[in-house]
Amino acid sequence: MGSTSAQNPENDGSTAGVGRRDLIKRSAALGLISVPTMSFLSACASGGGDDNGNDSEGETSKSNPFGVKDGSKLDVVIFKGGYGDDYAKAWEASFKKKWGVTSVHTGTQEITGKLQPRFNAGNPPDIVDDSGAQQIPIDVLYKNGQLVDLAEVLDAPSVDDPAKKVRDTLIPGTLDAGMQGGKVVALNYIYTVWGLWYSGKLFKEKGWTAPKTWDEFLTICKEAKADGIGGLAHQGKYPYYINVAIMDLIAKTGGLDAMKAIDNLEPNAFVGSEAATAAVEAIYEVVEKGYLMPGTNGLTHTESQTRWNQYKAAFITSGSWLENEQLKTTPDDFDMKFLPMPLLPDSKLPFEAIRAGSGEPFIIPSKAKNLAGAKEFMRMMLSKEWSTLFAKEANSLTILKDGVDSGVQLRPGTQSTVEASKAAGTNTFRYLYTEWYSEMGTAIENASNELMAKRIQPKEWLKRAQAAVDKQAKDPESKKNHRD
Amino acid sequence: MRKGQYRFVAGFLFAPVAIYVTFVIWPYIQTFGYSLTDWKGQSQTFNFVGLDNYTALFQDDVFMGAIWHNILFLIFIPVSTILIALFFAFMLNAGGRSRSGGVSGVAGSKYYRVVYFFPQVLSLAIMAVLFGAVYRSDGGGMLNGLLIKLGLVSETSPVEWLNEPNIVLWALLVVVVWHGVGFYLVLFSAAMQSIPRDIYEAALIDGAGRAQSFFRITLPLLWDSVQTAWVYLGIAAMDMFILVSTMTSGDFGGGPDHHSEVMATVMMRNFQLYGRSGYACAMGVVMLVLTLIVSVFTLRATRRERIEF
Repeated sequence: MGSTSAQNPENDGSTAGVGRRDLIKRSAALGLISVPTMSFLSACASGGGDDNGNDSEGETSKSNPFGVKDGSKLDVVIFKGGYGDDYAKAWEASFKKKWGVTSVHTGTQEITGKLQPRFNAGNPPDIVDDSGAQQIPIDVLYKNGQLVDLAEVLDAPSVDDPAKKVRDTLIPGTLDAGMQGGKVVALNYIYTVWGLWYSGKLFKEKGWTAPKTWDEFLTICKEAKADGIGGLAHQGKYPYYINVAIMDLIAKTGGLDAMKAIDNLEPNAFVGSEAATAAVEAIYEVVEKGYLMPGTNGLTHTESQTRWNQYKAAFITSGSWLENEQLKTTPDDFDMKFLPMPLLPDSKLPFEAIRAGSGEPFIIPSKAKNLAGAKEFMRMMLSKEWSTLFAKEANSLTILKDGVDSGVQLRPGTQSTVEASKAAGTNTFRYLYTEWYSEMGTAIENASNELMAKRIQPKEWLKRAQAAVDKQAKDPESKKNHRD
Repeated sequence: MRKGQYRFVAGFLFAPVAIYVTFVIWPYIQTFGYSLTDWKGQSQTFNFVGLDNYTALFQDDVFMGAIWHNILFLIFIPVSTILIALFFAFMLNAGGRSRSGGVSGVAGSKYYRVVYFFPQVLSLAIMAVLFGAVYRSDGGGMLNGLLIKLGLVSETSPVEWLNEPNIVLWALLVVVVWHGVGFYLVLFSAAMQSIPRDIYEAALIDGAGRAQSFFRITLPLLWDSVQTAWVYLGIAAMDMFILVSTMTSGDFGGGPDHHSEVMATVMMRNFQLYGRSGYACAMGVVMLVLTLIVSVFTLRATRRERIEF
């Protein structure tokens, strides 16, 4: 590096001893310090401020229970994921027509990136669809006192039938997922069922019938393997999905008590629980006998689901967003079908029992500027008109009972979930630990990932899952969450 | 220095220094402040907990593991990138067969120089997608497809590159090195071209081979560039956030079972997912101290007498 500066003596006074190379090196060293931490630090830097101007409140009346003010503004942030955000735009247009409230619409995938600074600065939006990979965890927001208790909305008269409370027009149990410390602080709007999925076409071709017991399930896996395809596929890069299968088996085998033991962080939730032991051993049998689709442990959700769409595996685990997510890769004659988890011997719940519940949490920040508008917006979300708008635009069901006009035609997968929900009746269950304890959920998912890769055995999995539960139980905050 | 010149210089420096203090120094101080609290990240309410976060940090196996992974990267990324880049640069500039009239690169060196630079043009996000396809864990992956065709791996049990605790770090290392070699090749090439040819020619006359002229002439005269490269690669090694968080399993990456965790991924998970932001700030402070130590150490350890030419 023959540079001209090297030819002059460096200490001629004017450069104060800093040669060009030194300068480069020093700035490089500074870069070394600042680059990795910079982006993080900028997130840390806080704004203060906490103003609660209530200039958006109008008169209350029977048809306007929260006092929405004509001409006010509503700041709406929607997670623009698998469901898009067209449904929300349709709602906003309808909202403006009815109340004269203009909405400021933001559709984004970066919920945390866009909203965390606003929550910290005390300047959050009025209503948020807090979902997706970058959602701000509800438990974290709740612990920070950032969420409105939604009881007021739920106890208000329903738009469709003012004689009824909003709460009574919803599918029972769907509010549970939004509970924190005994209060409903998030409205999980979309009705979802979880379990296994298969292709009606593939099953017809192979002459298989949908299995009801674990033995039948293993038989089909065995035949699939003999035919050169995988038995069970899962979205290995995200162990959340295989946990759906494991946890469903635990709940169906041990009944609701086994599920509650986990949510309530009991010392025998996993270790010493017969249901958990049987369930994990059953899943491990699939791994041990080589019934997994080859390579599935390392695939992303789209990769493995697409393989399944190509008939490379008989079953896959997922929730009912699967059909909408795979619209483009599913062959027309695929005939997607939902299947409740098959039963192990001596199960406490019937085969028809399914994990069902609500997802896609909508929240109202406690420091929202237009609280009245946000509450009314949420009340209208739970009307038949808006629920139908949602089904049309986003291809999914909402938590409103009979919430879709009969004119709307459903796709085969969605149709099969409707039938499964009907067959299940009141036999539905839903874990809450994933909403309450993100850290414990992650630890169990890690263990499941190791189990599927055969790096640990069922006994070790139980130990690790129990350790995660015990660790969470030590956190004094966890005392506030309990379900009976 | 003439009178008033200091004031003149200070006038120019004021704005940059003010910006630097506001956007770099002040956040550092704030982070240190937050690291002494139980801040949960979504509001301005928190309690002072003293050094609890720091004591917890050093008992956190995941974070300690992450530090080791960073140190591993810190050793292997610069070493392998610089060695490969140096080798290629030497071959392109002085590795050709000696013809009459002096020293030149291997045949087609101009073409190679362009090709080697290609990876540097890609953003890290594209690299992650690209290598996601290379390392894909079933027969559809490039490596697995190749190994299955060659009969080295059975179709029913392909290698899950990014899901193997003993492979994942090395798989990531290959990506970084592949990405970096082109840039440092160009850097070293430029430096090599400024080495006077007569030195090589004199060495040739004295009967020096390629290896000798590399170790006795090229390397000593390139030392400044190598040192700069080392510091820059240190930045990449201490960070690694983008690649780890996009390519490996788990929220913010780090899987399988924390085997590819780096400090930045643990910090982000605690900060955003678990809502343990005060704790994450303590991690940030530890990262700062470690990077300071590393950079001082790097500059000290590589200090050599400078050769002027």
